[in-house]
Amino acid sequence: MNFLMKIWNSSLGKKYIMGISGFLLVFFIVAHMMGNFQVFLGPYWINTYGQFLHDRHEILWPARIVLLTMIVLHIWSAFKLRAENRAARPVGYAGDPASFAASYASRTIMMSGIIIAAFVIFHLLHYALGVRAVNLTGIDFSALRDSAGRPDIYLMLLLGFSKWPVAVFYIIAVGLLCLHLSHGMRAMFQSVGWKWTFGGVSHLPDQIARWFAVVIFIIYTSVPVAVMCGFGKAYREAAVQHLAASAVSGKEVDR
Amino acid sequence: MNLTLKIWRQKNAASPGCFETHEARDVSPDMSFLEMLDVVNERLIAGGQEPFVFDSDCREGICGTCSLVINGIPHGSRKGTTVCQLHLRYFKDGQTVTIEPWRARAFPIVKDLIVDRAAFDRIMQAGGFVSVNTGNAPEANALPVSKEIADLAMDAAACIGCGACVAVCKNASAMLFVAAKVSHLNYLPQGKAEKDRRVKNMVSQMDKEGFGNCTVTGSCEAVCPKEISLDFIAKMNRDYAVALVKGELKKSAAGGVG
Ligand code: HEM
Ligand code: SF4
Ligand code: FES
Repeated sequence: MNFLMKIWNSSLGKKYIMGISGFLLVFFIVAHMMGNFQVFLGPYWINTYGQFLHDRHEILWPARIVLLTMIVLHIWSAFKLRAENRAARPVGYAGDPASFAASYASRTIMMSGIIIAAFVIFHLLHYALGVRAVNLTGIDFSALRDSAGRPDIYLMLLLGFSKWPVAVFYIIAVGLLCLHLSHGMRAMFQSVGWKWTFGGVSHLPDQIARWFAVVIFIIYTSVPVAVMCGFGKAYREAAVQHLAASAVSGKEVDR
Repeated sequence: MNLTLKIWRQKNAASPGCFETHEARDVSPDMSFLEMLDVVNERLIAGGQEPFVFDSDCREGICGTCSLVINGIPHGSRKGTTVCQLHLRYFKDGQTVTIEPWRARAFPIVKDLIVDRAAFDRIMQAGGFVSVNTGNAPEANALPVSKEIADLAMDAAACIGCGACVAVCKNASAMLFVAAKVSHLNYLPQGKAEKDRRVKNMVSQMDKEGFGNCTVTGSCEAVCPKEISLDFIAKMNRDYAVALVKGELKKSAAGGVG
Protein backbone atom coordinates (compact mmCIF):
# COMPACT_ATOMS: atom_id res chain seq x y z
CA MET A 1 0.00 0.00 0.00
CA ASN A 2 2.84 2.28 0.97
CA PHE A 3 4.52 1.35 -2.30
CA LEU A 4 1.40 2.25 -4.30
CA MET A 5 1.08 5.59 -2.51
CA LYS A 6 4.72 6.30 -3.33
CA ILE A 7 3.96 5.72 -7.00
CA TRP A 8 0.79 7.79 -6.93
CA ASN A 9 2.50 10.69 -5.14
CA SER A 10 5.38 11.02 -7.57
CA SER A 11 5.19 12.68 -10.96
CA LEU A 12 6.85 9.77 -12.72
CA GLY A 13 4.74 7.26 -10.82
CA LYS A 14 1.50 8.82 -12.06
CA LYS A 15 2.86 8.62 -15.58
CA TYR A 16 3.45 4.90 -15.05
CA ILE A 17 -0.15 4.51 -13.96
CA MET A 18 -1.34 6.53 -16.91
CA GLY A 19 0.82 4.56 -19.34
CA ILE A 20 0.06 1.10 -18.01
CA SER A 21 -3.68 1.75 -17.78
CA GLY A 22 -3.56 3.16 -21.30
CA PHE A 23 -1.65 0.13 -22.47
CA LEU A 24 -4.25 -2.27 -21.08
CA LEU A 25 -6.96 -0.21 -22.76
CA VAL A 26 -5.03 -0.54 -26.01
CA PHE A 27 -4.97 -4.27 -25.42
CA PHE A 28 -8.75 -4.17 -25.22
CA ILE A 29 -8.92 -2.04 -28.37
CA VAL A 30 -7.00 -4.73 -30.26
CA ALA A 31 -9.09 -7.60 -28.92
CA HIS A 32 -12.32 -5.74 -29.64
CA MET A 33 -11.13 -4.97 -33.13
CA MET A 34 -10.48 -8.63 -33.84
CA GLY A 35 -13.97 -9.41 -32.59
CA ASN A 36 -15.55 -6.78 -34.83
CA PHE A 37 -13.62 -7.81 -37.86
CA GLN A 38 -15.45 -11.14 -37.87
CA VAL A 39 -18.42 -9.30 -39.28
CA PHE A 40 -16.77 -9.83 -42.66
CA LEU A 41 -16.92 -13.60 -42.13
CA GLY A 42 -20.71 -13.48 -42.04
CA PRO A 43 -23.47 -13.81 -39.44
CA TYR A 44 -22.59 -17.30 -38.30
CA TRP A 45 -19.07 -16.42 -37.15
CA ILE A 46 -19.72 -13.20 -35.33
CA ASN A 47 -22.91 -14.43 -33.68
CA THR A 48 -21.16 -17.55 -32.46
CA TYR A 49 -18.37 -15.40 -31.08
CA GLY A 50 -20.92 -13.13 -29.37
CA GLN A 51 -22.69 -16.06 -27.83
CA PHE A 52 -19.38 -17.50 -26.66
CA LEU A 53 -18.42 -14.29 -24.86
CA HIS A 54 -21.84 -13.97 -23.32
CA ASP A 55 -21.81 -17.44 -21.88
CA ARG A 56 -18.36 -17.07 -20.34
CA HIS A 57 -19.13 -15.07 -17.23
CA GLU A 58 -15.83 -16.19 -15.74
CA ILE A 59 -14.01 -14.30 -18.55
CA LEU A 60 -16.49 -11.51 -19.11
CA TRP A 61 -16.79 -10.13 -15.61
CA PRO A 62 -13.12 -10.09 -14.62
CA ALA A 63 -12.37 -8.43 -17.97
CA ARG A 64 -15.07 -5.83 -17.40
CA ILE A 65 -13.83 -5.09 -13.90
CA VAL A 66 -10.22 -4.73 -15.05
CA LEU A 67 -11.27 -2.44 -17.90
CA LEU A 68 -13.38 -0.26 -15.67
CA THR A 69 -10.53 0.02 -13.16
CA MET A 70 -8.13 0.99 -15.93
CA ILE A 71 -10.52 3.62 -17.25
CA VAL A 72 -10.93 5.10 -13.79
CA LEU A 73 -7.16 5.12 -13.16
CA HIS A 74 -6.45 6.54 -16.59
CA ILE A 75 -8.93 9.40 -16.34
CA TRP A 76 -8.12 10.08 -12.71
CA SER A 77 -4.39 10.37 -13.33
CA ALA A 78 -5.08 12.45 -16.47
CA PHE A 79 -7.00 15.05 -14.48
CA LYS A 80 -4.59 15.00 -11.54
CA LEU A 81 -1.58 15.49 -13.80
CA ARG A 82 -3.39 18.18 -15.74
CA ALA A 83 -4.20 20.10 -12.56
CA GLU A 84 -0.56 19.94 -11.45
CA ASN A 85 0.62 21.07 -14.87
CA ARG A 86 -1.71 24.04 -14.87
CA ALA A 87 -0.48 25.03 -11.42
CA ALA A 88 3.15 24.74 -12.52
CA ARG A 89 2.66 27.19 -15.37
CA PRO A 90 0.25 29.88 -14.18
CA VAL A 91 1.37 32.56 -16.68
CA GLY A 92 1.79 32.12 -20.42
CA TYR A 93 3.76 34.16 -22.95
CA ALA A 94 2.55 37.16 -24.85
CA GLY A 95 3.77 35.91 -28.20
CA ASP A 96 2.47 32.45 -27.33
CA PRO A 97 3.48 30.08 -30.12
CA ALA A 98 1.00 27.36 -28.99
CA SER A 99 3.51 25.01 -27.37
CA PHE A 100 6.62 25.33 -29.49
CA ALA A 101 7.30 22.26 -31.65
CA ALA A 102 4.59 20.18 -29.92
CA SER A 103 2.48 17.96 -32.19
CA TYR A 104 -1.23 18.56 -32.69
CA ALA A 105 -2.00 15.19 -31.09
CA SER A 106 -0.02 16.08 -27.97
CA ARG A 107 -1.67 19.47 -27.57
CA THR A 108 -5.18 18.04 -27.93
CA ILE A 109 -4.67 14.86 -25.91
CA MET A 110 -7.13 15.88 -23.19
CA MET A 111 -9.82 16.94 -25.65
CA SER A 112 -9.50 13.78 -27.73
CA GLY A 113 -9.64 11.78 -24.50
CA ILE A 114 -12.82 13.45 -23.31
CA ILE A 115 -14.56 13.00 -26.66
CA ILE A 116 -13.52 9.34 -26.70
CA ALA A 117 -15.05 8.92 -23.24
CA ALA A 118 -18.31 10.46 -24.48
CA PHE A 119 -18.24 8.18 -27.48
CA VAL A 120 -17.63 5.11 -25.32
CA ILE A 121 -20.77 5.91 -23.34
CA PHE A 122 -22.80 6.34 -26.52
CA HIS A 123 -21.31 3.16 -27.95
CA LEU A 124 -22.30 1.13 -24.90
CA LEU A 125 -25.85 2.51 -24.96
CA HIS A 126 -26.04 1.88 -28.69
CA TYR A 127 -24.84 -1.72 -28.96
CA ALA A 128 -24.07 -3.24 -25.58
CA LEU A 129 -27.22 -2.10 -23.78
CA GLY A 130 -29.33 -1.73 -26.95
CA VAL A 131 -31.06 1.48 -25.87
CA ARG A 132 -33.54 2.06 -28.64
CA ALA A 133 -33.60 5.86 -28.34
CA VAL A 134 -29.99 6.28 -29.49
CA ASN A 135 -29.89 4.01 -32.54
CA LEU A 136 -32.21 6.10 -34.79
CA THR A 137 -33.74 3.02 -36.44
CA GLY A 138 -36.67 2.56 -34.06
CA ILE A 139 -35.73 -1.12 -33.79
CA ASP A 140 -34.93 -2.76 -30.47
CA PHE A 141 -31.41 -4.16 -30.97
CA SER A 142 -31.50 -6.34 -27.88
CA ALA A 143 -34.42 -8.33 -29.29
CA LEU A 144 -32.76 -9.28 -32.60
CA ARG A 145 -32.30 -13.02 -33.07
CA ASP A 146 -30.70 -15.01 -35.86
CA SER A 147 -32.06 -18.24 -37.37
CA ALA A 148 -30.45 -20.22 -34.55
CA GLY A 149 -32.20 -18.05 -31.95
CA ARG A 150 -28.99 -16.32 -30.83
CA PRO A 151 -28.61 -12.53 -30.46
CA ASP A 152 -28.05 -11.35 -34.03
CA ILE A 153 -24.96 -9.17 -33.68
CA TYR A 154 -24.38 -9.23 -37.42
CA LEU A 155 -27.77 -7.68 -38.11
CA MET A 156 -27.31 -5.24 -35.24
CA LEU A 157 -24.09 -3.88 -36.77
CA LEU A 158 -25.70 -3.65 -40.22
CA LEU A 159 -28.70 -1.79 -38.85
CA GLY A 160 -26.62 0.39 -36.55
CA PHE A 161 -24.35 1.69 -39.27
CA SER A 162 -27.14 2.03 -41.81
CA LYS A 163 -27.92 5.39 -40.18
CA TRP A 164 -25.30 7.78 -41.49
CA PRO A 165 -25.13 10.13 -38.46
CA VAL A 166 -24.27 7.12 -36.31
CA ALA A 167 -21.69 5.86 -38.77
CA VAL A 168 -20.12 9.30 -39.15
CA PHE A 169 -19.92 9.83 -35.38
CA TYR A 170 -18.32 6.43 -35.08
CA ILE A 171 -15.71 7.23 -37.72
CA ILE A 172 -14.91 10.60 -36.15
CA ALA A 173 -14.57 9.03 -32.71
CA VAL A 174 -12.27 6.30 -33.99
CA GLY A 175 -10.25 9.01 -35.75
CA LEU A 176 -9.88 10.83 -32.45
CA LEU A 177 -8.98 7.60 -30.70
CA CYS A 178 -6.20 7.10 -33.20
CA LEU A 179 -5.04 10.68 -32.80
CA HIS A 180 -5.02 10.06 -29.04
CA LEU A 181 -3.08 6.84 -29.47
CA SER A 182 -0.56 8.24 -31.93
CA HIS A 183 0.64 10.51 -29.14
CA GLY A 184 -0.51 8.41 -26.19
CA MET A 185 1.37 5.26 -27.13
CA ARG A 186 4.51 7.21 -27.81
CA ALA A 187 4.15 8.87 -24.41
CA MET A 188 3.50 5.49 -22.85
CA PHE A 189 6.69 4.00 -24.28
CA GLN A 190 8.55 7.08 -23.08
CA SER A 191 7.00 6.88 -19.59
CA VAL A 192 8.11 3.31 -19.07
CA GLY A 193 11.48 4.01 -20.67
CA TRP A 194 11.23 1.94 -23.85
CA LYS A 195 13.14 3.74 -26.55
CA TRP A 196 15.39 1.18 -28.13
CA THR A 197 16.76 0.92 -31.59
CA PHE A 198 15.94 -2.42 -33.12
CA GLY A 199 16.84 -3.92 -36.47
CA GLY A 200 18.35 -0.64 -37.55
CA VAL A 201 15.17 1.33 -36.79
CA SER A 202 15.92 4.03 -34.28
CA HIS A 203 13.15 4.66 -31.76
CA LEU A 204 11.26 1.58 -32.84
CA PRO A 205 8.51 2.05 -30.21
CA ASP A 206 7.75 5.53 -31.57
CA GLN A 207 7.39 4.09 -35.05
CA ILE A 208 5.15 1.34 -33.71
CA ALA A 209 2.92 3.94 -32.06
CA ARG A 210 2.51 5.89 -35.27
CA TRP A 211 1.74 2.90 -37.48
CA PHE A 212 -0.42 1.22 -34.90
CA ALA A 213 -2.73 4.25 -34.88
CA VAL A 214 -3.06 4.15 -38.66
CA VAL A 215 -3.77 0.42 -38.75
CA ILE A 216 -6.34 0.67 -35.97
CA PHE A 217 -8.09 3.49 -37.80
CA ILE A 218 -8.32 1.57 -41.07
CA ILE A 219 -9.56 -1.64 -39.53
CA TYR A 220 -12.11 -0.08 -37.19
CA THR A 221 -13.60 2.23 -39.77
CA SER A 222 -13.75 -0.51 -42.39
CA VAL A 223 -16.94 -1.84 -40.77
CA PRO A 224 -19.11 1.31 -40.98
CA VAL A 225 -17.61 2.22 -44.35
CA ALA A 226 -18.44 -1.22 -45.73
CA VAL A 227 -22.00 -1.01 -44.42
CA MET A 228 -22.48 2.44 -45.92
CA CYS A 229 -21.18 1.09 -49.21
CA GLY A 230 -23.85 -1.58 -49.21
CA PHE A 231 -22.19 -4.50 -47.42
CA GLY A 232 -24.88 -6.90 -46.14
CA LYS A 233 -27.70 -4.86 -47.65
CA ALA A 234 -29.74 -7.89 -48.78
CA TYR A 235 -29.53 -9.50 -45.34
CA ARG A 236 -30.51 -6.26 -43.66
CA GLU A 237 -33.47 -5.53 -45.91
CA ALA A 238 -34.80 -9.06 -45.62
CA ALA A 239 -34.56 -8.81 -41.85
CA VAL A 240 -36.28 -5.42 -41.76
CA GLN A 241 -39.13 -6.75 -43.90
CA HIS A 242 -39.42 -9.74 -41.65
CA LEU A 243 -39.51 -7.51 -38.56
CA ALA A 244 -42.18 -5.29 -40.13
CA ALA A 245 -44.26 -8.31 -41.13
CA SER A 246 -44.16 -9.82 -37.68
CA ALA A 247 -44.96 -6.43 -36.14
CA VAL A 248 -48.11 -6.21 -38.31
CA SER A 249 -49.23 -9.73 -37.51
CA GLY A 250 -48.62 -8.86 -33.87
CA LYS A 251 -46.30 -11.79 -33.20
CA GLU A 252 -43.43 -11.85 -30.62
CA VAL A 253 -41.04 -9.13 -31.82
CA ASP A 254 -42.24 -5.86 -30.26
CA ARG A 255 -40.69 -5.22 -26.88
CA MET B 1 19.14 48.35 -38.25
CA ASN B 2 16.17 49.26 -36.07
CA LEU B 3 14.03 47.08 -33.83
CA THR B 4 10.94 47.79 -31.77
CA LEU B 5 11.20 46.03 -28.41
CA LYS B 6 8.33 45.08 -26.13
CA ILE B 7 10.13 44.34 -22.88
CA TRP B 8 8.72 42.93 -19.66
CA ARG B 9 9.05 45.33 -16.73
CA GLN B 10 8.37 44.04 -13.21
CA LYS B 11 9.56 45.59 -9.96
CA ASN B 12 9.64 42.38 -7.90
CA ALA B 13 7.92 39.04 -7.47
CA ALA B 14 5.01 40.57 -5.59
CA SER B 15 4.10 43.39 -7.95
CA PRO B 16 2.34 42.86 -11.27
CA GLY B 17 4.40 43.48 -14.39
CA CYS B 18 3.66 44.93 -17.80
CA PHE B 19 5.26 45.41 -21.18
CA GLU B 20 7.09 48.62 -22.07
CA THR B 21 7.86 49.52 -25.66
CA HIS B 22 11.31 50.85 -26.56
CA GLU B 23 13.06 51.50 -29.85
CA ALA B 24 16.49 50.06 -30.56
CA ARG B 25 17.79 52.47 -33.19
CA ASP B 26 20.89 52.08 -35.35
CA VAL B 27 22.05 48.80 -33.89
CA SER B 28 24.49 46.65 -35.84
CA PRO B 29 23.37 43.29 -37.26
CA ASP B 30 26.67 41.90 -35.96
CA MET B 31 25.69 42.56 -32.35
CA SER B 32 24.45 39.75 -30.19
CA PHE B 33 20.99 40.13 -28.75
CA LEU B 34 22.43 40.92 -25.31
CA GLU B 35 24.79 43.55 -26.69
CA MET B 36 21.78 45.20 -28.28
CA LEU B 37 20.06 45.20 -24.87
CA ASP B 38 23.21 46.72 -23.34
CA VAL B 39 22.99 49.55 -25.84
CA VAL B 40 19.30 50.08 -25.09
CA ASN B 41 20.06 50.09 -21.35
CA GLU B 42 22.89 52.60 -21.74
CA ARG B 43 20.60 54.92 -23.62
CA LEU B 44 17.96 54.53 -20.92
CA ILE B 45 20.51 55.34 -18.22
CA ALA B 46 21.75 58.36 -20.21
CA GLY B 47 18.15 59.52 -20.44
CA GLY B 48 17.73 59.20 -16.69
CA GLN B 49 15.46 56.14 -16.97
CA GLU B 50 15.79 52.81 -15.24
CA PRO B 51 17.54 50.08 -17.27
CA PHE B 52 16.08 46.59 -17.64
CA VAL B 53 17.82 43.92 -15.61
CA PHE B 54 18.62 40.60 -17.29
CA ASP B 55 20.90 37.67 -16.52
CA SER B 56 24.11 36.88 -18.38
CA ASP B 57 27.63 35.77 -17.63
CA CYS B 58 29.90 34.00 -20.13
CA ARG B 59 28.18 35.32 -23.26
CA GLU B 60 29.65 32.43 -25.17
CA GLY B 61 26.89 29.87 -24.73
CA ILE B 62 28.43 27.72 -22.03
CA CYS B 63 27.32 28.93 -18.62
CA GLY B 64 23.53 28.78 -18.82
CA THR B 65 22.95 32.14 -17.19
CA CYS B 66 21.27 34.09 -19.99
CA SER B 67 17.55 33.51 -20.04
CA LEU B 68 15.25 35.51 -22.28
CA VAL B 69 12.10 34.49 -24.07
CA ILE B 70 12.14 36.07 -27.52
CA ASN B 71 8.79 36.21 -29.32
CA GLY B 72 7.47 33.40 -27.12
CA ILE B 73 10.47 31.09 -27.58
CA PRO B 74 13.16 30.69 -24.90
CA HIS B 75 16.57 31.68 -26.34
CA GLY B 76 14.80 32.69 -29.56
CA SER B 77 14.06 30.58 -32.58
CA ARG B 78 17.61 29.57 -33.64
CA LYS B 79 18.23 25.90 -33.07
CA GLY B 80 20.87 24.97 -30.50
CA THR B 81 21.66 28.59 -29.61
CA THR B 82 21.62 30.46 -26.31
CA VAL B 83 20.31 34.00 -26.42
CA CYS B 84 23.82 35.38 -25.78
CA GLN B 85 24.89 33.73 -29.04
CA LEU B 86 21.86 34.93 -30.97
CA HIS B 87 22.85 37.70 -33.38
CA LEU B 88 20.73 40.49 -34.73
CA ARG B 89 21.33 39.39 -38.32
CA TYR B 90 18.65 36.78 -37.71
CA PHE B 91 16.08 39.52 -37.19
CA LYS B 92 14.42 41.65 -39.82
CA ASP B 93 15.00 45.40 -39.90
CA GLY B 94 12.01 47.12 -38.31
CA GLN B 95 10.76 43.93 -36.63
CA THR B 96 8.86 44.04 -33.33
CA VAL B 97 10.44 41.74 -30.75
CA THR B 98 8.80 40.65 -27.50
CA ILE B 99 11.18 39.95 -24.62
CA GLU B 100 9.93 38.11 -21.53
CA PRO B 101 11.40 36.25 -18.56
CA TRP B 102 11.17 32.45 -18.08
CA ARG B 103 7.67 31.72 -16.83
CA ALA B 104 7.14 28.91 -14.33
CA ARG B 105 5.85 28.77 -10.80
CA ALA B 106 9.12 27.18 -9.68
CA PHE B 107 11.10 30.09 -11.19
CA PRO B 108 9.74 33.19 -9.42
CA ILE B 109 10.58 36.53 -11.03
CA VAL B 110 13.22 38.53 -9.15
CA LYS B 111 12.99 41.68 -11.26
CA ASP B 112 12.21 42.47 -14.89
CA LEU B 113 13.78 39.64 -16.89
CA ILE B 114 15.59 37.83 -14.07
CA VAL B 115 14.10 34.74 -12.46
CA ASP B 116 15.28 32.76 -9.46
CA ARG B 117 16.49 29.34 -10.61
CA ALA B 118 17.59 28.11 -7.17
CA ALA B 119 15.13 25.23 -7.59
CA PHE B 120 17.65 23.69 -10.01
CA ASP B 121 20.43 24.04 -7.43
CA ARG B 122 18.32 22.23 -4.83
CA ILE B 123 17.66 19.41 -7.30
CA MET B 124 21.43 19.13 -7.87
CA GLN B 125 22.04 19.09 -4.13
CA ALA B 126 19.59 16.20 -3.83
CA GLY B 127 21.71 13.89 -5.96
CA GLY B 128 23.55 15.55 -8.83
CA PHE B 129 26.97 14.51 -7.55
CA VAL B 130 29.16 11.47 -6.95
CA SER B 131 30.63 10.67 -3.55
CA VAL B 132 34.39 10.30 -3.75
CA ASN B 133 36.70 9.13 -1.00
CA THR B 134 39.44 11.59 -0.14
CA GLY B 135 43.03 10.69 -0.86
CA ASN B 136 45.03 10.40 -4.01
CA ALA B 137 43.31 10.67 -7.35
CA PRO B 138 42.60 7.13 -8.62
CA GLU B 139 44.61 5.74 -11.52
CA ALA B 140 42.91 7.14 -14.62
CA ASN B 141 42.90 3.87 -16.54
CA ALA B 142 41.60 1.78 -13.67
CA LEU B 143 37.98 2.43 -14.61
CA PRO B 144 37.38 1.55 -18.24
CA VAL B 145 34.41 3.33 -19.87
CA SER B 146 33.22 2.17 -23.26
CA LYS B 147 33.03 4.63 -26.11
CA GLU B 148 29.21 4.39 -26.39
CA ILE B 149 28.71 5.05 -22.70
CA ALA B 150 31.24 7.87 -22.67
CA ASP B 151 29.46 9.48 -25.64
CA LEU B 152 26.03 9.19 -24.02
CA ALA B 153 27.29 10.58 -20.72
CA MET B 154 29.01 13.42 -22.56
CA ASP B 155 25.83 14.28 -24.48
CA ALA B 156 23.92 14.43 -21.21
CA ALA B 157 26.66 16.41 -19.51
CA ALA B 158 26.31 19.13 -22.15
CA CYS B 159 23.30 20.53 -20.25
CA ILE B 160 24.17 23.99 -18.96
CA GLY B 161 21.23 24.20 -16.57
CA CYS B 162 19.71 27.27 -18.22
CA GLY B 163 16.10 26.25 -17.64
CA ALA B 164 14.86 26.92 -21.17
CA CYS B 165 13.30 23.46 -21.13
CA VAL B 166 11.13 24.48 -18.18
CA ALA B 167 10.38 27.84 -19.72
CA VAL B 168 9.12 26.44 -23.01
CA CYS B 169 7.18 23.50 -21.59
CA LYS B 170 3.43 24.07 -21.39
CA ASN B 171 3.57 22.16 -18.10
CA ALA B 172 6.74 23.89 -16.85
CA SER B 173 8.25 20.45 -16.44
CA ALA B 174 11.92 20.12 -15.52
CA MET B 175 12.20 16.59 -16.86
CA LEU B 176 14.80 17.33 -19.52
CA PHE B 177 17.15 19.08 -17.12
CA VAL B 178 16.77 16.45 -14.39
CA ALA B 179 17.03 13.61 -16.90
CA ALA B 180 20.25 15.06 -18.33
CA LYS B 181 21.77 15.37 -14.87
CA VAL B 182 20.62 11.93 -13.69
CA SER B 183 21.72 10.21 -16.91
CA HIS B 184 25.10 11.89 -17.03
CA LEU B 185 26.11 10.32 -13.71
CA ASN B 186 24.01 7.14 -13.87
CA TYR B 187 25.66 6.07 -17.11
CA LEU B 188 29.19 6.30 -15.73
CA PRO B 189 30.84 3.76 -13.44
CA GLN B 190 31.69 6.55 -10.98
CA GLY B 191 27.99 7.28 -10.57
CA LYS B 192 26.65 3.71 -10.59
CA ALA B 193 26.97 3.14 -6.85
CA GLU B 194 24.49 5.89 -6.05
CA LYS B 195 22.32 5.33 -9.12
CA ASP B 196 19.05 4.42 -7.42
CA ARG B 197 19.33 6.91 -4.60
CA ARG B 198 20.26 9.65 -7.04
CA VAL B 199 17.27 9.25 -9.33
CA LYS B 200 14.81 8.90 -6.45
CA ASN B 201 16.09 11.94 -4.58
CA MET B 202 16.38 14.18 -7.61
CA VAL B 203 12.90 13.31 -8.86
CA SER B 204 11.46 13.79 -5.41
CA GLN B 205 13.10 17.23 -5.12
CA MET B 206 11.86 18.12 -8.61
CA ASP B 207 8.30 17.29 -7.55
CA LYS B 208 8.67 19.31 -4.35
CA GLU B 209 9.76 22.39 -6.26
CA GLY B 210 6.46 22.48 -8.10
CA PHE B 211 7.55 21.69 -11.65
CA GLY B 212 4.90 20.09 -13.86
CA ASN B 213 4.78 16.62 -15.39
CA CYS B 214 6.12 15.55 -18.74
CA THR B 215 3.54 15.01 -21.47
CA VAL B 216 6.14 14.21 -24.11
CA THR B 217 5.42 17.21 -26.31
CA GLY B 218 9.09 17.52 -27.24
CA SER B 219 9.11 21.33 -26.86
CA CYS B 220 12.10 21.10 -24.49
CA GLU B 221 14.21 19.09 -26.87
CA ALA B 222 13.42 21.52 -29.68
CA VAL B 223 14.39 24.61 -27.69
CA CYS B 224 17.36 23.28 -25.70
CA PRO B 225 20.52 25.19 -26.65
CA LYS B 226 22.55 22.04 -26.03
CA GLU B 227 20.10 19.82 -27.94
CA ILE B 228 19.65 17.40 -25.05
CA SER B 229 17.58 14.46 -26.30
CA LEU B 230 14.22 13.23 -25.00
CA ASP B 231 15.84 9.80 -24.87
CA PHE B 232 17.41 10.80 -21.56
CA ILE B 233 13.93 11.27 -20.12
CA ALA B 234 13.13 7.69 -21.12
CA LYS B 235 16.36 6.61 -19.44
CA MET B 236 15.40 8.46 -16.25
CA ASN B 237 11.90 6.93 -16.28
CA ARG B 238 13.50 3.50 -16.55
CA ASP B 239 16.04 4.17 -13.80
CA TYR B 240 13.32 5.49 -11.52
CA ALA B 241 11.11 2.42 -12.01
CA VAL B 242 14.06 0.13 -11.33
CA ALA B 243 14.97 2.12 -8.21
CA LEU B 244 11.41 1.96 -6.88
CA VAL B 245 11.13 -1.79 -7.36
CA LYS B 246 14.63 -2.49 -6.04
CA GLY B 247 13.96 -0.38 -2.96
CA GLU B 248 10.83 -2.41 -2.30
CA LEU B 249 12.62 -5.73 -2.77
CA LYS B 250 15.45 -4.68 -0.49
CA LYS B 251 12.99 -3.63 2.17
CA SER B 252 11.11 -6.91 2.07
CA ALA B 253 14.39 -8.87 2.07
CA ALA B 254 15.57 -6.94 5.12
CA GLY B 255 12.21 -7.51 6.77
CA GLY B 256 12.51 -11.24 6.10
CA VAL B 257 15.88 -11.49 7.76
CA GLY B 258 15.13 -9.22 10.70
C1 HEM C 1 -10.36 3.83 -25.09
C2 HEM C 1 -9.90 4.77 -24.43
C3 HEM C 1 -8.46 5.21 -24.23
C4 HEM C 1 -7.27 4.59 -24.56
C5 HEM C 1 -7.08 3.26 -25.25
C6 HEM C 1 -6.20 5.47 -24.12
C7 HEM C 1 -4.85 5.21 -24.26
C8 HEM C 1 -3.85 6.04 -23.82
C9 HEM C 1 -2.44 5.73 -23.76
C10 HEM C 1 -1.80 4.42 -24.20
C11 HEM C 1 -1.79 6.82 -23.26
C12 HEM C 1 -0.29 6.98 -22.99
C13 HEM C 1 0.01 7.02 -21.53
C14 HEM C 1 1.24 7.82 -21.14
O1 HEM C 1 1.19 9.04 -21.21
O2 HEM C 1 2.23 7.24 -20.75
C15 HEM C 1 -2.76 7.82 -23.02
C16 HEM C 1 -2.48 9.07 -22.55
C17 HEM C 1 -3.42 10.00 -22.14
N1 HEM C 1 -4.78 9.82 -22.15
FE1 HEM C 1 -5.76 8.22 -22.86
N2 HEM C 1 -6.75 6.58 -23.55
C18 HEM C 1 -8.13 6.44 -23.60
C19 HEM C 1 -9.07 7.30 -23.12
C20 HEM C 1 -8.79 8.51 -22.49
C21 HEM C 1 -9.78 9.32 -21.88
C22 HEM C 1 -11.28 9.01 -21.81
C23 HEM C 1 -9.13 10.41 -21.41
C24 HEM C 1 -9.86 11.52 -20.68
C25 HEM C 1 -9.73 12.55 -20.29
C26 HEM C 1 -7.71 10.28 -21.72
C27 HEM C 1 -6.70 11.19 -21.43
C28 HEM C 1 -5.36 10.98 -21.63
C29 HEM C 1 -4.31 11.92 -21.32
C30 HEM C 1 -4.47 13.32 -20.76
C31 HEM C 1 -3.08 11.30 -21.64
C32 HEM C 1 -1.71 11.91 -21.42
C33 HEM C 1 -0.88 11.93 -22.62
C34 HEM C 1 0.38 12.69 -22.42
O3 HEM C 1 1.27 12.21 -21.70
O4 HEM C 1 0.48 13.78 -23.00
N3 HEM C 1 -7.54 9.09 -22.38
N4 HEM C 1 -4.01 7.33 -23.35
S1 SF4 D 1 18.25 20.48 -20.73
FE1 SF4 D 1 18.80 22.08 -22.23
S2 SF4 D 1 17.24 23.65 -21.92
FE2 SF4 D 1 17.17 22.35 -20.12
S3 SF4 D 1 18.52 23.29 -18.62
FE3 SF4 D 1 19.78 21.81 -19.75
S4 SF4 D 1 20.67 23.00 -21.43
FE4 SF4 D 1 19.01 24.25 -20.63
S1 FES E 1 25.55 34.02 -20.89
FE1 FES E 1 26.51 32.09 -20.57
S2 FES E 1 25.28 30.83 -21.83
FE2 FES E 1 24.50 32.78 -22.33
